Amino acid sequence: MSEHLIHIVYMAAAACFILALKWLSAVPTAKRGVITGIIGMLLAVGGTLMSPEILHKGVHGYQWIVVALVAGTAIGIPMALMPMTAVPQRTALSHAFGALAAALVGTAEYYLDTGNAFSMTNLTHFKMTAIGIEVLLGFLTFTASLMAFGKLQGLIPTRPIVYKGQNVVNFTLFTVALVSVIWLIVDPSKTFLFPVVMILSLVFGVLLIIPIGGADMPTVISLLNSYAGLSAAAMGFVLDNKLLIIAGALDGSSGFILSIIMCKAMNRSFTNVLFGAFGQVHAAAVAGEQKTARSAGPEEAAALLEAANSVMIVPGYGMAVAQAQHAVRELFNELTKKGVDVKFAIHPVAGRMPGHMNVLLAEADIPYDKLLEMDDANRELGQTDVALIIGANDVTNPAARHNKASPIYGMPILDVDKARTVMVIKRSLNPGFAGIDNELYYLDKTLMLFGDAKAFTMQLVKNLTGSSGMH
Amino acid sequence: MEPDLLSHFYVFMLATFLGLEIIRRVSPLLHTPLMSLTNAISAITVVGSLVIAGEQKTTLSTILGTVAVTASMINIVGGYMITYRMLKMFKKRGPGPK
Repeated sequence: MSEHLIHIVYMAAAACFILALKWLSAVPTAKRGVITGIIGMLLAVGGTLMSPEILHKGVHGYQWIVVALVAGTAIGIPMALMPMTAVPQRTALSHAFGALAAALVGTAEYYLDTGNAFSMTNLTHFKMTAIGIEVLLGFLTFTASLMAFGKLQGLIPTRPIVYKGQNVVNFTLFTVALVSVIWLIVDPSKTFLFPVVMILSLVFGVLLIIPIGGADMPTVISLLNSYAGLSAAAMGFVLDNKLLIIAGALDGSSGFILSIIMCKAMNRSFTNVLFGAFGQVHAAAVAGEQKTARSAGPEEAAALLEAANSVMIVPGYGMAVAQAQHAVRELFNELTKKGVDVKFAIHPVAGRMPGHMNVLLAEADIPYDKLLEMDDANRELGQTDVALIIGANDVTNPAARHNKASPIYGMPILDVDKARTVMVIKRSLNPGFAGIDNELYYLDKTLMLFGDAKAFTMQLVKNLTGSSGMH
Repeated sequence: MEPDLLSHFYVFMLATFLGLEIIRRVSPLLHTPLMSLTNAISAITVVGSLVIAGEQKTTLSTILGTVAVTASMINIVGGYMITYRMLKMFKKRGPGPK
Protein backbone atom coordinates (compact mmCIF):
# COMPACT_ATOMS: atom_id res chain seq x y z
CA MET A 1 0.00 0.00 0.00
CA SER A 2 1.36 3.39 -0.86
CA GLU A 3 2.50 5.84 1.79
CA HIS A 4 -0.37 8.22 0.94
CA LEU A 5 -3.05 5.58 1.15
CA ILE A 6 -1.79 4.53 4.59
CA HIS A 7 -2.02 8.14 5.75
CA ILE A 8 -5.62 8.29 4.61
CA VAL A 9 -6.41 5.03 6.40
CA TYR A 10 -4.79 6.35 9.57
CA MET A 11 -6.76 9.56 9.29
CA ALA A 12 -10.00 7.59 9.04
CA ALA A 13 -8.94 5.55 12.08
CA ALA A 14 -8.32 8.74 14.07
CA ALA A 15 -11.78 10.01 13.12
CA CYS A 16 -13.28 6.71 14.28
CA PHE A 17 -11.60 7.02 17.68
CA ILE A 18 -12.90 10.55 18.16
CA LEU A 19 -16.44 9.51 17.22
CA ALA A 20 -16.16 6.45 19.46
CA LEU A 21 -15.49 8.61 22.51
CA LYS A 22 -18.12 11.13 21.50
CA TRP A 23 -20.78 8.42 21.23
CA LEU A 24 -19.74 6.89 24.51
CA SER A 25 -21.00 9.98 26.34
CA ALA A 26 -24.54 8.62 26.73
CA VAL A 27 -25.97 5.13 27.14
CA PRO A 28 -28.19 5.05 24.01
CA THR A 29 -25.26 5.71 21.64
CA ALA A 30 -22.51 4.06 23.68
CA LYS A 31 -22.54 0.66 21.93
CA ARG A 32 -22.25 2.38 18.56
CA GLY A 33 -19.19 4.09 20.03
CA VAL A 34 -17.53 0.78 20.81
CA ILE A 35 -18.23 -0.59 17.32
CA THR A 36 -16.76 2.58 15.79
CA GLY A 37 -13.70 2.17 17.99
CA ILE A 38 -13.28 -1.39 16.74
CA ILE A 39 -13.53 -0.22 13.12
CA GLY A 40 -10.89 2.41 13.83
CA MET A 41 -8.56 -0.18 15.30
CA LEU A 42 -9.11 -2.58 12.38
CA LEU A 43 -8.26 0.22 9.96
CA ALA A 44 -5.13 1.10 11.90
CA VAL A 45 -3.91 -2.49 12.17
CA GLY A 46 -4.82 -3.29 8.56
CA GLY A 47 -3.09 -0.19 7.25
CA THR A 48 0.05 -0.93 9.25
CA LEU A 49 0.20 -4.55 8.08
CA MET A 50 0.21 -3.24 4.51
CA SER A 51 3.01 -0.77 5.17
CA PRO A 52 6.13 -1.05 2.98
CA GLU A 53 8.45 -1.66 5.97
CA ILE A 54 6.74 -4.96 6.68
CA LEU A 55 5.68 -5.85 3.12
CA HIS A 56 9.18 -5.82 1.69
CA LYS A 57 10.08 -8.63 4.08
CA GLY A 58 7.50 -10.86 2.38
CA VAL A 59 5.73 -13.64 4.27
CA HIS A 60 8.74 -13.84 6.54
CA GLY A 61 7.88 -10.43 7.99
CA TYR A 62 4.57 -11.67 9.37
CA GLN A 63 5.69 -14.77 11.24
CA TRP A 64 6.21 -13.13 14.63
CA ILE A 65 3.32 -10.77 14.11
CA VAL A 66 0.93 -13.69 13.69
CA VAL A 67 2.33 -15.38 16.79
CA ALA A 68 1.90 -12.17 18.81
CA LEU A 69 -1.60 -11.45 17.50
CA VAL A 70 -2.74 -14.97 18.38
CA ALA A 71 -1.09 -14.89 21.81
CA GLY A 72 -2.56 -11.45 22.57
CA THR A 73 -6.03 -12.60 21.55
CA ALA A 74 -5.71 -15.74 23.67
CA ILE A 75 -4.86 -13.67 26.76
CA GLY A 76 -7.23 -10.81 25.92
CA ILE A 77 -10.41 -12.88 25.74
CA PRO A 78 -10.27 -14.27 29.32
CA MET A 79 -9.39 -10.75 30.50
CA ALA A 80 -12.62 -9.52 28.93
CA LEU A 81 -14.65 -12.22 30.65
CA MET A 82 -13.55 -11.40 34.19
CA PRO A 83 -16.41 -10.77 36.65
CA MET A 84 -17.53 -7.16 37.04
CA THR A 85 -16.34 -7.04 40.67
CA ALA A 86 -12.80 -7.56 39.27
CA VAL A 87 -13.02 -4.67 36.81
CA PRO A 88 -10.72 -2.32 38.79
CA GLN A 89 -7.85 -4.80 38.89
CA ARG A 90 -8.46 -5.78 35.27
CA THR A 91 -8.22 -2.14 34.30
CA ALA A 92 -4.98 -1.72 36.26
CA LEU A 93 -3.56 -4.77 34.50
CA SER A 94 -4.46 -3.45 31.06
CA HIS A 95 -2.83 -0.09 31.86
CA ALA A 96 0.27 -2.17 32.60
CA PHE A 97 0.14 -3.89 29.19
CA GLY A 98 -0.44 -0.63 27.34
CA ALA A 99 2.46 1.07 29.06
CA LEU A 100 4.70 -1.96 28.52
CA ALA A 101 4.07 -1.89 24.77
CA ALA A 102 5.04 1.79 24.59
CA ALA A 103 8.14 1.30 26.73
CA LEU A 104 9.35 -1.68 24.70
CA VAL A 105 8.90 0.08 21.37
CA GLY A 106 10.85 3.05 22.75
CA THR A 107 13.62 0.71 23.88
CA ALA A 108 13.72 -1.03 20.49
CA GLU A 109 13.90 2.32 18.70
CA TYR A 110 16.77 3.49 20.87
CA TYR A 111 18.87 0.38 20.30
CA LEU A 112 18.07 0.31 16.57
CA ASP A 113 19.28 3.89 16.22
CA THR A 114 22.40 3.48 18.34
CA GLY A 115 23.21 0.20 16.51
CA ASN A 116 25.69 1.80 14.10
CA ALA A 117 27.16 5.14 13.17
CA PHE A 118 24.88 5.57 10.17
CA SER A 119 21.59 5.03 12.05
CA MET A 120 22.91 7.26 14.84
CA THR A 121 22.15 10.26 12.60
CA ASN A 122 18.45 9.37 12.88
CA LEU A 123 18.58 9.91 16.60
CA THR A 124 18.10 13.65 16.78
CA HIS A 125 17.90 15.45 20.10
CA PHE A 126 14.19 15.74 19.55
CA LYS A 127 13.67 12.05 18.86
CA MET A 128 15.73 11.23 21.93
CA THR A 129 13.53 13.51 24.03
CA ALA A 130 10.43 11.70 22.82
CA ILE A 131 12.03 8.28 23.42
CA GLY A 132 13.06 9.44 26.89
CA ILE A 133 9.52 10.46 27.81
CA GLU A 134 8.05 7.32 26.25
CA VAL A 135 10.40 5.00 28.12
CA LEU A 136 10.25 6.87 31.44
CA LEU A 137 6.45 7.07 31.48
CA GLY A 138 6.05 3.60 29.96
CA PHE A 139 8.17 1.68 32.42
CA LEU A 140 7.01 3.58 35.51
CA THR A 141 3.37 3.15 34.52
CA PHE A 142 4.04 -0.53 33.87
CA THR A 143 5.24 -1.35 37.39
CA ALA A 144 2.92 1.17 39.05
CA SER A 145 -0.06 -0.47 37.34
CA LEU A 146 1.15 -3.93 38.32
CA MET A 147 1.39 -2.73 41.93
CA ALA A 148 -2.09 -1.23 41.73
CA PHE A 149 -3.28 -4.56 40.33
CA GLY A 150 -1.62 -6.40 43.22
CA LYS A 151 -3.27 -4.13 45.78
CA LEU A 152 -6.71 -4.38 44.19
CA GLN A 153 -6.44 -8.14 43.80
CA GLY A 154 -5.36 -8.43 47.44
CA LEU A 155 -1.93 -9.87 46.57
CA ILE A 156 -0.23 -6.95 48.34
CA PRO A 157 -1.58 -5.28 51.52
CA THR A 158 -3.91 -2.45 50.51
CA ARG A 159 -3.05 -0.25 53.43
CA PRO A 160 -0.54 2.49 52.67
CA ILE A 161 3.04 1.51 53.48
CA VAL A 162 5.00 4.52 54.65
CA TYR A 163 8.46 4.92 56.05
CA LYS A 164 10.57 7.83 57.16
CA GLY A 165 12.13 9.81 54.33
CA GLN A 166 9.89 8.12 51.75
CA ASN A 167 9.28 11.27 49.77
CA VAL A 168 12.98 12.10 49.82
CA VAL A 169 13.86 8.65 48.44
CA ASN A 170 11.21 8.87 45.73
CA PHE A 171 12.16 12.38 44.77
CA THR A 172 15.88 11.56 44.59
CA LEU A 173 15.24 8.47 42.49
CA PHE A 174 13.04 10.37 40.06
CA THR A 175 15.54 13.20 39.81
CA VAL A 176 18.37 10.77 38.98
CA ALA A 177 16.17 9.17 36.29
CA LEU A 178 15.30 12.57 34.87
CA VAL A 179 18.91 13.76 34.86
CA SER A 180 19.91 10.54 33.05
CA VAL A 181 17.24 11.21 30.41
CA ILE A 182 18.45 14.78 29.97
CA TRP A 183 22.04 13.58 29.66
CA LEU A 184 20.91 11.10 26.99
CA ILE A 185 19.16 13.89 25.13
CA VAL A 186 22.34 15.93 25.15
CA ASP A 187 24.44 12.96 24.10
CA PRO A 188 22.38 9.98 22.82
CA SER A 189 25.52 7.88 22.33
CA LYS A 190 25.92 7.36 26.10
CA THR A 191 24.31 3.93 25.86
CA PHE A 192 25.17 2.96 29.44
CA LEU A 193 22.60 5.50 30.64
CA PHE A 194 19.67 3.82 28.92
CA PRO A 195 19.45 0.75 31.21
CA VAL A 196 19.79 3.15 34.16
CA VAL A 197 16.70 5.03 32.99
CA MET A 198 14.83 1.77 32.45
CA ILE A 199 15.62 0.36 35.89
CA LEU A 200 15.02 3.60 37.77
CA SER A 201 11.65 4.05 36.05
CA LEU A 202 10.63 0.50 36.91
CA VAL A 203 11.64 0.96 40.56
CA PHE A 204 10.02 4.39 40.77
CA GLY A 205 6.71 2.93 39.59
CA VAL A 206 6.75 0.47 42.49
CA LEU A 207 7.71 3.09 45.07
CA LEU A 208 5.02 5.45 43.82
CA ILE A 209 2.19 3.02 44.62
CA ILE A 210 3.51 1.60 47.92
CA PRO A 211 2.22 4.50 50.06
CA ILE A 212 -1.19 4.63 48.35
CA GLY A 213 -4.21 3.20 50.13
CA GLY A 214 -7.16 1.38 48.64
CA ALA A 215 -9.54 4.32 48.85
CA ASP A 216 -7.22 6.43 46.69
CA MET A 217 -7.27 3.85 43.90
CA PRO A 218 -9.88 5.68 41.77
CA THR A 219 -7.53 8.65 41.42
CA VAL A 220 -4.44 6.52 40.91
CA ILE A 221 -6.04 4.33 38.24
CA SER A 222 -7.19 7.44 36.38
CA LEU A 223 -3.73 8.94 36.60
CA LEU A 224 -2.12 5.75 35.27
CA ASN A 225 -4.68 5.76 32.45
CA SER A 226 -3.47 9.21 31.57
CA TYR A 227 0.22 8.21 31.71
CA ALA A 228 -0.37 5.18 29.47
CA GLY A 229 -2.01 7.50 26.93
CA LEU A 230 0.78 10.05 27.11
CA SER A 231 3.43 7.39 26.54
CA ALA A 232 1.49 6.30 23.43
CA ALA A 233 1.48 9.93 22.26
CA ALA A 234 5.24 10.11 22.89
CA MET A 235 5.57 7.02 20.70
CA GLY A 236 3.79 8.96 17.99
CA PHE A 237 6.45 11.68 18.18
CA VAL A 238 9.20 9.02 18.03
CA LEU A 239 7.72 7.24 15.02
CA ASP A 240 6.45 10.33 13.21
CA ASN A 241 2.91 9.02 13.38
CA LYS A 242 -0.02 11.41 13.90
CA LEU A 243 -2.54 8.64 14.54
CA LEU A 244 -0.57 7.60 17.62
CA ILE A 245 -0.35 11.21 18.75
CA ILE A 246 -4.12 11.71 18.43
CA ALA A 247 -5.13 8.45 20.10
CA GLY A 248 -2.57 8.95 22.86
CA ALA A 249 -3.69 12.52 23.47
CA LEU A 250 -7.35 11.43 23.68
CA ASP A 251 -6.47 8.74 26.21
CA GLY A 252 -4.21 11.08 28.13
CA SER A 253 -6.86 13.78 28.41
CA SER A 254 -9.49 11.25 29.42
CA GLY A 255 -7.37 9.93 32.28
CA PHE A 256 -6.56 13.50 33.27
CA ILE A 257 -10.21 14.55 33.47
CA LEU A 258 -11.14 11.46 35.47
CA SER A 259 -8.29 12.13 37.92
CA ILE A 260 -9.49 15.69 38.41
CA ILE A 261 -13.06 14.51 39.01
CA MET A 262 -11.83 11.95 41.54
CA CYS A 263 -9.61 14.48 43.32
CA LYS A 264 -12.45 16.99 43.53
CA ALA A 265 -14.76 14.32 44.92
CA MET A 266 -12.28 13.80 47.74
CA ASN A 267 -11.38 17.48 48.11
CA ARG A 268 -7.71 16.64 47.60
CA SER A 269 -4.90 17.57 45.24
CA PHE A 270 -2.77 15.29 43.05
CA THR A 271 0.25 15.82 45.26
CA ASN A 272 -1.80 15.01 48.32
CA VAL A 273 -2.99 11.72 46.80
CA LEU A 274 0.46 10.72 45.58
CA PHE A 275 2.52 11.84 48.52
CA GLY A 276 0.03 12.19 51.34
CA ALA A 277 -0.42 8.57 52.45
CA PHE A 278 -3.86 9.43 53.76
CA GLY A 279 -4.93 6.53 55.96
CA GLN A 280 -1.83 6.30 58.10
CA VAL A 281 -1.52 9.73 59.56
CA HIS A 282 -4.89 10.03 61.18
CA ALA A 283 -5.52 6.47 62.24
CA ALA A 284 -4.52 7.14 65.80
CA ALA A 285 -6.25 10.50 66.07
CA VAL A 286 -9.67 9.17 67.02
CA ALA A 287 -10.46 7.81 70.44
CA GLY A 288 -12.11 9.14 73.54
CA GLU A 289 -15.68 9.91 74.42
CA GLN A 290 -18.14 7.07 74.48
CA LYS A 291 -21.08 7.53 72.20
CA THR A 292 -23.98 5.22 71.79
CA ALA A 293 -25.49 4.00 68.59
CA ARG A 294 -28.91 2.43 68.18
CA SER A 295 -29.09 -0.88 66.40
CA ALA A 296 -31.93 -2.88 64.89
CA GLY A 297 -32.55 -6.38 63.58
CA PRO A 298 -33.71 -7.36 60.09
CA GLU A 299 -37.41 -7.55 61.07
CA GLU A 300 -37.58 -4.01 62.38
CA ALA A 301 -35.52 -2.67 59.47
CA ALA A 302 -37.66 -4.49 56.89
CA ALA A 303 -40.83 -3.09 58.45
CA LEU A 304 -39.45 0.45 58.29
CA LEU A 305 -38.39 0.02 54.67
CA GLU A 306 -41.80 -1.37 53.73
CA ALA A 307 -43.59 1.53 55.39
CA ALA A 308 -41.46 4.09 53.55
CA ASN A 309 -42.53 5.92 50.41
CA SER A 310 -39.01 6.51 49.19
CA VAL A 311 -35.73 4.74 49.88
CA MET A 312 -32.28 5.87 48.79
CA ILE A 313 -29.67 3.12 48.77
CA VAL A 314 -26.07 4.32 49.13
CA PRO A 315 -23.65 1.62 47.95
CA GLY A 316 -19.91 1.65 48.59
CA TYR A 317 -16.87 -0.54 48.19
CA GLY A 318 -18.15 -2.78 51.00
CA MET A 319 -21.00 -3.85 48.73
CA ALA A 320 -18.50 -4.94 46.09
CA VAL A 321 -16.36 -6.80 48.61
CA ALA A 322 -19.35 -8.67 50.01
CA GLN A 323 -20.60 -9.35 46.43
CA ALA A 324 -23.92 -8.05 47.67
CA GLN A 325 -25.10 -6.42 44.42
CA HIS A 326 -27.45 -9.26 43.49
CA ALA A 327 -28.96 -9.36 46.98
CA VAL A 328 -29.41 -5.57 46.70
CA ARG A 329 -31.20 -6.09 43.41
CA GLU A 330 -33.64 -8.49 45.12
CA LEU A 331 -34.24 -5.91 47.80
CA PHE A 332 -34.84 -3.34 45.06
CA ASN A 333 -37.37 -5.68 43.40
CA GLU A 334 -39.24 -6.47 46.60
CA LEU A 335 -39.52 -2.84 47.65
CA THR A 336 -40.50 -1.71 44.15
CA LYS A 337 -43.19 -4.37 44.10
CA LYS A 338 -44.60 -2.89 47.31
CA GLY A 339 -44.77 0.53 45.73
CA VAL A 340 -41.70 1.99 47.41
CA ASP A 341 -39.70 4.37 45.23
CA VAL A 342 -36.15 3.03 45.40
CA LYS A 343 -33.17 4.93 44.03
CA PHE A 344 -29.43 4.72 44.37
CA ALA A 345 -27.07 7.53 45.34
CA ILE A 346 -23.63 7.11 43.76
CA HIS A 347 -20.70 9.09 45.11
CA PRO A 348 -17.99 9.65 42.45
CA VAL A 349 -15.32 7.87 44.50
CA ALA A 350 -17.49 5.02 45.75
CA GLY A 351 -15.59 1.84 44.94
CA ARG A 352 -12.13 1.41 43.56
CA MET A 353 -12.37 3.10 40.16
CA PRO A 354 -14.49 5.79 38.50
CA GLY A 355 -17.99 4.47 37.84
CA HIS A 356 -17.35 1.18 39.67
CA MET A 357 -20.74 1.10 41.48
CA ASN A 358 -22.71 1.89 38.32
CA VAL A 359 -21.25 -1.09 36.50
CA LEU A 360 -21.86 -3.44 39.43
CA LEU A 361 -25.48 -2.34 39.81
CA ALA A 362 -26.04 -2.46 36.06
CA GLU A 363 -24.70 -6.01 36.07
CA ALA A 364 -27.24 -6.85 38.76
CA ASP A 365 -29.99 -5.57 36.40
CA ILE A 366 -30.78 -2.36 38.26
CA PRO A 367 -32.18 0.05 35.65
CA TYR A 368 -29.64 2.81 35.15
CA ASP A 369 -32.18 5.61 35.44
CA LYS A 370 -32.41 4.71 39.14
CA LEU A 371 -28.71 5.51 39.66
CA LEU A 372 -28.34 9.14 40.75
CA GLU A 373 -25.21 11.25 40.69
CA MET A 374 -24.21 12.97 43.90
CA ASP A 375 -25.83 16.37 43.23
CA ASP A 376 -29.13 14.87 42.08
CA ALA A 377 -29.15 12.49 45.04
CA ASN A 378 -28.52 15.32 47.49
CA ARG A 379 -31.46 17.25 46.05
CA GLU A 380 -33.72 14.28 46.78
CA LEU A 381 -32.31 13.15 50.11
CA GLY A 382 -34.18 15.87 51.99
CA GLN A 383 -37.50 14.30 50.98
CA THR A 384 -36.34 10.69 51.35
CA ASP A 385 -37.86 8.50 54.07
CA VAL A 386 -35.03 6.02 54.48
CA ALA A 387 -31.41 6.24 53.41
CA LEU A 388 -29.93 2.74 53.44
CA ILE A 389 -26.14 2.66 53.42
CA ILE A 390 -24.52 -0.54 52.23
CA GLY A 391 -20.74 -0.67 52.48
CA ALA A 392 -20.11 3.07 52.22
CA ASN A 393 -18.61 5.09 55.05
CA ASP A 394 -16.56 8.28 54.67
CA VAL A 395 -18.65 9.59 51.77
CA THR A 396 -21.60 9.80 54.19
CA ASN A 397 -19.83 11.42 57.14
CA PRO A 398 -21.46 14.77 58.03
CA ALA A 399 -18.18 15.80 59.70
CA ALA A 400 -16.95 16.65 56.18
CA ARG A 401 -19.42 19.56 56.21
CA HIS A 402 -18.78 21.17 59.56
CA ASN A 403 -15.85 19.68 61.49
CA LYS A 404 -12.78 21.67 60.45
CA ALA A 405 -10.55 19.31 62.45
CA SER A 406 -11.65 16.29 60.46
CA PRO A 407 -9.23 15.04 57.79
CA ILE A 408 -12.13 14.76 55.35
CA TYR A 409 -13.36 18.31 56.02
CA GLY A 410 -14.48 19.92 52.77
CA MET A 411 -14.98 16.66 50.91
CA PRO A 412 -18.32 16.64 49.08
CA ILE A 413 -20.54 14.02 50.67
CA LEU A 414 -23.95 12.46 50.21
CA ASP A 415 -26.24 14.22 52.69
CA VAL A 416 -27.81 11.04 54.01
CA ASP A 417 -28.40 12.68 57.39
CA LYS A 418 -31.08 14.83 55.72
CA ALA A 419 -33.24 11.74 55.21
CA ARG A 420 -35.92 10.99 57.81
CA THR A 421 -34.32 7.71 58.87
CA VAL A 422 -30.82 6.45 58.20
CA MET A 423 -29.91 2.77 58.20
CA VAL A 424 -26.36 1.55 57.95
CA ILE A 425 -25.45 -2.07 57.23
CA LYS A 426 -22.02 -2.56 58.73
CA ARG A 427 -20.05 -5.29 60.44
CA SER A 428 -19.12 -3.17 63.45
CA LEU A 429 -18.61 0.43 64.48
CA ASN A 430 -14.98 0.33 63.30
CA PRO A 431 -14.03 3.47 61.41
CA GLY A 432 -13.40 3.56 57.64
CA PHE A 433 -10.21 3.71 55.61
CA ALA A 434 -9.10 7.05 56.92
CA GLY A 435 -9.62 5.92 60.50
CA ILE A 436 -12.25 8.59 60.95
CA ASP A 437 -15.17 7.99 63.23
CA ASN A 438 -18.44 8.56 61.40
CA GLU A 439 -20.73 10.73 63.53
CA LEU A 440 -23.63 9.67 61.35
CA TYR A 441 -23.77 6.40 63.31
CA TYR A 442 -24.58 8.20 66.56
CA LEU A 443 -27.45 10.35 65.32
CA ASP A 444 -30.89 9.80 66.85
CA LYS A 445 -32.36 9.00 63.45
CA THR A 446 -29.72 6.38 62.65
CA LEU A 447 -30.21 2.65 63.02
CA MET A 448 -27.16 0.42 62.79
CA LEU A 449 -27.81 -2.92 61.12
CA PHE A 450 -24.87 -5.04 62.20
CA GLY A 451 -23.87 -7.84 59.86
CA ASP A 452 -22.36 -8.80 56.52
CA ALA A 453 -23.71 -6.65 53.68
CA LYS A 454 -24.87 -9.60 51.59
CA ALA A 455 -26.24 -11.73 54.46
CA PHE A 456 -28.12 -8.83 56.03
CA THR A 457 -29.60 -7.68 52.74
CA MET A 458 -30.86 -11.21 52.08
CA GLN A 459 -32.45 -11.27 55.53
CA LEU A 460 -34.19 -7.99 54.70
CA VAL A 461 -35.49 -9.55 51.48
CA LYS A 462 -36.68 -12.63 53.38
CA ASN A 463 -38.57 -10.49 55.88
CA LEU A 464 -40.15 -8.46 53.09
CA THR A 465 -41.35 -11.50 51.13
CA GLY A 466 -42.53 -13.09 54.40
CA SER A 467 -44.70 -10.11 55.29
CA SER A 468 -46.34 -9.98 51.88
CA GLY A 469 -47.46 -13.58 52.44
CA MET A 470 -49.37 -12.54 55.54
CA HIS A 471 -51.51 -9.94 53.82
CA MET B 1 12.46 23.27 14.70
CA GLU B 2 11.45 21.40 11.55
CA PRO B 3 8.02 22.31 10.20
CA ASP B 4 6.91 18.65 10.34
CA LEU B 5 7.76 18.45 14.00
CA LEU B 6 5.84 21.60 14.68
CA SER B 7 2.77 20.13 13.00
CA HIS B 8 3.00 17.14 15.36
CA PHE B 9 2.77 19.51 18.30
CA TYR B 10 -0.23 21.23 16.78
CA VAL B 11 -1.92 17.85 16.31
CA PHE B 12 -1.13 16.89 19.90
CA MET B 13 -2.46 20.16 21.27
CA LEU B 14 -5.66 20.07 19.23
CA ALA B 15 -6.30 16.40 20.05
CA THR B 16 -5.82 17.12 23.75
CA PHE B 17 -8.32 19.99 23.71
CA LEU B 18 -10.76 17.90 21.69
CA GLY B 19 -10.31 15.03 24.14
CA LEU B 20 -10.94 17.29 27.13
CA GLU B 21 -14.13 18.66 25.55
CA ILE B 22 -15.48 15.24 24.55
CA ILE B 23 -14.61 13.43 27.78
CA ARG B 24 -16.08 16.23 29.92
CA ARG B 25 -19.46 15.36 28.45
CA VAL B 26 -19.33 11.66 29.31
CA SER B 27 -21.91 10.78 31.95
CA PRO B 28 -20.37 9.64 35.27
CA LEU B 29 -22.62 6.62 34.86
CA LEU B 30 -20.28 5.43 32.12
CA HIS B 31 -16.90 6.28 33.61
CA THR B 32 -15.84 2.66 33.93
CA PRO B 33 -16.66 1.78 30.29
CA LEU B 34 -14.98 5.05 29.31
CA MET B 35 -11.79 3.93 30.94
CA SER B 36 -11.86 0.51 29.34
CA LEU B 37 -12.59 2.04 25.93
CA THR B 38 -9.76 4.57 26.14
CA ASN B 39 -7.61 1.69 27.26
CA ALA B 40 -8.47 -0.20 24.10
CA ILE B 41 -7.89 2.90 21.99
CA SER B 42 -4.49 3.55 23.56
CA ALA B 43 -3.56 0.06 22.39
CA ILE B 44 -2.95 1.95 19.14
CA THR B 45 0.64 1.35 20.29
CA VAL B 46 0.09 -1.78 18.17
CA VAL B 47 0.89 0.35 15.11
CA GLY B 48 4.43 1.06 16.26
CA SER B 49 4.87 -2.44 17.65
CA LEU B 50 3.82 -4.11 14.38
CA VAL B 51 6.40 -2.19 12.37
CA ILE B 52 9.20 -3.08 14.81
CA ALA B 53 8.13 -6.75 14.90
CA GLY B 54 7.76 -6.91 11.12
CA GLU B 55 10.93 -5.10 10.07
CA GLN B 56 13.05 -7.64 12.01
CA LYS B 57 16.12 -5.43 11.91
CA THR B 58 17.83 -7.02 14.90
CA THR B 59 17.02 -9.96 17.18
CA LEU B 60 16.51 -7.62 20.12
CA SER B 61 14.13 -5.34 18.26
CA THR B 62 12.16 -8.30 16.91
CA ILE B 63 11.71 -9.75 20.40
CA LEU B 64 10.74 -6.38 21.91
CA GLY B 65 8.38 -5.72 19.01
CA THR B 66 6.72 -9.12 19.29
CA VAL B 67 6.15 -8.73 23.03
CA ALA B 68 4.80 -5.22 22.41
CA VAL B 69 2.37 -6.50 19.74
CA THR B 70 1.17 -9.16 22.19
CA ALA B 71 0.66 -6.62 24.98
CA SER B 72 -1.22 -4.24 22.65
CA MET B 73 -3.34 -7.05 21.25
CA ILE B 74 -4.37 -8.09 24.77
CA ASN B 75 -5.71 -4.58 25.32
CA ILE B 76 -7.42 -4.37 21.94
CA VAL B 77 -9.29 -7.66 22.33
CA GLY B 78 -9.82 -7.40 26.09
CA GLY B 79 -10.64 -3.69 26.08
CA TYR B 80 -13.26 -3.61 23.34
CA MET B 81 -14.88 -6.87 24.46
CA ILE B 82 -15.29 -5.89 28.11
CA THR B 83 -16.52 -2.40 27.19
CA TYR B 84 -19.20 -3.91 24.99
CA ARG B 85 -20.07 -6.43 27.70
CA MET B 86 -20.49 -3.65 30.27
CA LEU B 87 -22.61 -1.50 27.99
CA LYS B 88 -24.94 -4.39 27.28
CA MET B 89 -25.73 -4.48 31.00
CA PHE B 90 -26.97 -0.90 31.16
CA LYS B 91 -30.74 -1.16 30.77
CA LYS B 92 -33.32 1.48 31.35
CA ARG B 93 -35.91 -0.70 33.06
CA GLY B 94 -35.30 -3.95 34.83
CA PRO B 95 -37.36 -7.01 33.90
CA GLY B 96 -39.14 -6.96 37.28
CA PRO B 97 -42.71 -5.58 37.63
CA LYS B 98 -42.88 -1.82 37.72
